[in-house]
Amino acid sequence: MTLSRITPYLQASPLALILLAFLVLPIATIVMVSFWDYDSIQIFPAFVFTNYEETISSPVTWNTYLNTLKYTVIVWGLTLFIGFWVAYYLAFHIRSATMQMVLFLVCTVPFLTSNIIRMISWIPFLGRNGLLNQTFMAMGLIHQPLEFLLFSDFAVVLAMVHLYTLFMVTPIFNTLMRIDRALIEAARDAGANGWQILTNVIIPLAKPGIAIGSIFVVTLVMGDFITVRFMSGGQSASVGLMMSNQIALLQYPAAAANAVILLVIVLLLVAAILRIVNIRKEL
Amino acid sequence: MDGERRGPGFWVLTVFFVLFVLFLYGPLSTIFILSFQGPNGGLTFPMNGSSVHWFRNLLFEQQAVGDFGGAFTRSLLLGLMTMAATVVVSLLAGLAFRRRFLGSGPLFYLAIASLIVPSILISLGIGLAFQVLGLNPAWYSSGFGAHLTWTLPFGLLIMFAVFNRFNPAYEEAARDLGATPWQTFVHVVLPIILPSLIGVGLFGFTLSYDEFARTLMTAGSFNTLPLEIYGMTTNVTTPVLYALGTVTTGFSLAIILLALVTIAVLRRRRARRLVT
Repeated sequence: MTLSRITPYLQASPLALILLAFLVLPIATIVMVSFWDYDSIQIFPAFVFTNYEETISSPVTWNTYLNTLKYTVIVWGLTLFIGFWVAYYLAFHIRSATMQMVLFLVCTVPFLTSNIIRMISWIPFLGRNGLLNQTFMAMGLIHQPLEFLLFSDFAVVLAMVHLYTLFMVTPIFNTLMRIDRALIEAARDAGANGWQILTNVIIPLAKPGIAIGSIFVVTLVMGDFITVRFMSGGQSASVGLMMSNQIALLQYPAAAANAVILLVIVLLLVAAILRIVNIRKEL
Repeated sequence: MDGERRGPGFWVLTVFFVLFVLFLYGPLSTIFILSFQGPNGGLTFPMNGSSVHWFRNLLFEQQAVGDFGGAFTRSLLLGLMTMAATVVVSLLAGLAFRRRFLGSGPLFYLAIASLIVPSILISLGIGLAFQVLGLNPAWYSSGFGAHLTWTLPFGLLIMFAVFNRFNPAYEEAARDLGATPWQTFVHVVLPIILPSLIGVGLFGFTLSYDEFARTLMTAGSFNTLPLEIYGMTTNVTTPVLYALGTVTTGFSLAIILLALVTIAVLRRRRARRLVT
């Protein structure tokens, strides 16, 4: 009897220990180091607020945070639109379960391949001599290659949508599949047209999935640095990129202060999403 | 949705879906094609002849920068370690969460937090923690832990989905027939959830194999493959980069295919056994 009582604790302990060691402890370290002091060669224990003061008082920080939020809003809007309709198509227009599974896998497979290679793969498309420019020039639409395609905000947003839409598709598809088809029949019998069914039945019931997808996309974009660095060619800034630059300069306390601020903002955004939509019953 | 007749909405969304799939796969297929550039070909179209020159260059010649073989070996080992740990730890935790236990709520939220906290924070945090504790970061210690913070929540969520649909009647039947808890687990529970465990393993491996941000500050002095590829993007200007992309993507696809085939075979075998 006693053994079966402690069984769940034994089973849960590896997960708990790993998360304590590699999630809780590191974040506690970040918070601690954010109060430390540093010079050009090392960091040392202290209790100073200068890291936060310097971060908050710098206009560069504010611009960077605003720029990151701008990416977040644009990418969120695009991934939500694309993700919803792809999930809707799979859930309601594909009738055979096998076909549904196959098409869903087609959408999921790129998620399991390397993000970096998927970013690199835009170069031959968007570059100055890339496929898009060559096509447009051949069609006579433009006479000069378009310069804004690669290494620009446009490229950053495009790559992020490319990388992160799947995080929207999967949870929305999940909730759509669970909608009782009788509800839709009932709405139609009650005289609702397709648009009314969508806005009054399907979207309200899909809200938990939309919320989960939004949390994924918002947190991924807010913390992103590699897409911004690579696709903007170093011309745009994001919070993650600012942090990774500080890390490269060994300014760990400054990076840590930034990390704490970023974490607080991300948690506030997630809390805001959770206030609007209750996802508990999804889990 | 419209019964037998397909409305205009269907065709609009079909076009939308096809465009989405093209958007997902189009760029990948261009680097696949360009990796077969002739020896004098560049990073963009047109193709300057076609050859396997860049693959040969990648596999058999010393690169000016980077150590492709070593990085691949490290990523492969790390992926396998992460896969094994993800399967075992998520399975155990999934079993634990089938019952109420003290602290189950906080542990659940901790796992979700692990998904939400931006990767670069995990990377920085683990890097700093190792530095403060006076440990040397390495791909098999700090890198391994960093990858687990990303793969375990996915594994746990999959296990939740599995056990939510799991019919406890099977276990009760086994118990009524006199099976011990261990026998029930090995002969009843495990075979039923095996396909899902392979799914968890697939996630564990591929997410680790491709992870960049979490490895950045935790890999120590030796690079994993994504770090190596990223390093190459800044100073390699030949299609050998695409050849590397094609090879590693092909490897990922082979792993995915292997997992899917295994799952399908297991499902079919179980279905056949249920019939006989």
